Amino acid sequence: MKVLVPVKRVIDYNVKARVKPDQTGVDLANVKMSMNPFCEIAVEEAVRLKEKGVATEVVAVSIGPAQAQETLRTALAMGADRAILVQTSDDLEPLAVAKVLKALVGKESPDLVVMGKQAIDGDNNATGQMLATLLDWPQATFASALEVSGSKAKVTREVDGGLQTLEVDLPAVVTADLRLNEPRYASLPNIMKAKKKELAVEELASLGVDTAPRLKVVKVTEPSKRTAGVKVETAADLVSKLKTEAGVL
Amino acid sequence: MAVLVIADHDNASLKDNTEKTVTAALKLSGDVDVLVAGQGCKAVADAAAKITGVRKVLLAESAELGEGLAESMEALVVPLMANYDAVLTPATSQGKNFSPRIAAKLDVAQISEIVDVVDGSTFVRPIYAGNALETVQSADAKKVITVRATSFKAAADGGSAKVETIAAPAKPAKTHFVDQKLVKSARPELTGAKIVVSGGRAMGSAEEFQKVIEPLADKLGAAVGASRAAVDAGYAPNDYQVGQTGKVVAPELYIAIGISGAIQHLAGMKDSKVIVAINKDADAPIFQVADYGLVADYKAAVPELMSALAAAGK
Ligand SMILES: Cc1cc2nc3c(=O)[nH]c(=O)nc-3n(C[C@H](O)[C@H](O)[C@H](O)COP(=O)(O)OP(=O)(O)OC[C@H]3O[C@@H](n4cnc5c(N)ncnc54)[C@H](O)[C@@H]3O)c2cc1C
Ligand SMILES: Nc1ncnc2c1ncn2[C@@H]1O[C@H](COP(=O)(O)O)[C@@H](O)[C@H]1O
Repeated sequence: MKVLVPVKRVIDYNVKARVKPDQTGVDLANVKMSMNPFCEIAVEEAVRLKEKGVATEVVAVSIGPAQAQETLRTALAMGADRAILVQTSDDLEPLAVAKVLKALVGKESPDLVVMGKQAIDGDNNATGQMLATLLDWPQATFASALEVSGSKAKVTREVDGGLQTLEVDLPAVVTADLRLNEPRYASLPNIMKAKKKELAVEELASLGVDTAPRLKVVKVTEPSKRTAGVKVETAADLVSKLKTEAGVL
Repeated sequence: MAVLVIADHDNASLKDNTEKTVTAALKLSGDVDVLVAGQGCKAVADAAAKITGVRKVLLAESAELGEGLAESMEALVVPLMANYDAVLTPATSQGKNFSPRIAAKLDVAQISEIVDVVDGSTFVRPIYAGNALETVQSADAKKVITVRATSFKAAADGGSAKVETIAAPAKPAKTHFVDQKLVKSARPELTGAKIVVSGGRAMGSAEEFQKVIEPLADKLGAAVGASRAAVDAGYAPNDYQVGQTGKVVAPELYIAIGISGAIQHLAGMKDSKVIVAINKDADAPIFQVADYGLVADYKAAVPELMSALAAAGK
């Protein structure tokens, strides 16, 4: 069974994004970039499927700038077998990413696509669902457990109010939530090995997919800031302030 | 322009995310219909019909719609979109699951988690864990939008729209519902509660979480929330998680106990009216957004808070 894992290079989750003064976007110059944390979870899950003997090949793919090769090397160091970069300097919208991924699925014919539920830059939470729709494959999003047996996958999903379990026929798209697993750190020997693994680079244009943006960013602004309030000395103090000053009790 | 709002409900009752999403929809158009899709949810449709400003309620019922299968929701909504220019869905886990499918089928962008409507094609949405607000203008003929309900006031009751039953789509062929384990709680819904009490990693165990956070919440008639660390460690169920990738809340009062205040947590609660933090570390980032900070060990502070509330007649 072949597993395809789309991974995105994004601002590191520890870094607080800053809005550019000209309101055209967020300042990413000299900012630490990493693999989207949900994509790390997806890679980990795919690698575990391989270690269990369920998957035979794990292919990591990214759509992004040349630097996304680093992100793909991380995936390779975690245990993916090979990688594909679809190179573009544009930041594609989820619909466009889904269309590119569909084209790659057409070439690679995976049995399963495991991806993140959300990229922490755009916070869209849309690409996996769109890909499943375009492929007419079943989807199981926000997964906290995944079990593949034969031509089916059983997926436990984090939903409002608790957990839901679905069974989907393969091929299918699964998106990872936080509790699916804890991604490993790539060891130094594996980082070295990853340098020798195949990483193919394709130009976005060569795929012939329409990736024109549908949304125009008018401006990007800073949200109103909260300021620190006061420190109270005791719990009794707190209750009296909440009652009389804040009026919320 | 006509707008379809997809109701949030649990088949038994309508959730106030729906009324809030209707408010967002009314900013786009005066012609707002509500779709109630589920199983055994006629009472929900009747409740939706009472929302002021709603023109008509569509009711569709089937087992798969009751189970909330994304494929079924898409199959139901896409044909309806012949009659609508926009579809608005509350950004619940359920809404986030099916709404992008509608967009993909219509070949349009999804505009995720809007917090404001500028005009019929221009919307504001948070990005980067709420550290930036993006204003986007859509060039698509139809708008597919999810709505961060906490950013809109609930539309009032007082309407009397007609409820029209429509056919449900066929069962999806490749996705099968197995089961669902929902946490039953008598407490208010987290996203709509007036007061939220949240616990973090400091609790150290599920027993401690239940012993410390829950009685305080019950005394205040509050909902219970948690940080990711508390959920990951199994102190609280997954749907308690407040944050960038969990639930977004904006209560009158948010009390964070033993939570450090990571960017991802703040993303889910910083629009609360009043924030209280109890943390033993005076430098914890949570204090930078707290209106009232109590630097203390929660083990002593929470019992004191319970007595102070009792003394104040709570
Ligand atoms: C992709 C991604 C998504 C994420 N999404 C979310 C999200 O949606 N929501 C979320 O919350 N987090 C999220 N996180 C995690 C986030 O980065 C933090 O790790 C998490 O919020 C920390 O939880 P915490 O504050 O409970 O734990 P900690 O950061 O460990 O803080 C515990 C706090 O308790 C205090 N404390 C300890 N003992 C006591 C005591 N006895 N009395 C009083 N105070 C005490 C400490 O001083 C400390 O400040 C996400 C992370 C990633 C990478
Ligand atoms: N440019 C990209 N390249 C590869 N995968 C992507 C890209 N953008 C999004 N994805 C995948 O889609 C998931 C959800 O992203 P989003 O819908 O943008 O929140 C991510 O976790 C990735 O797995």
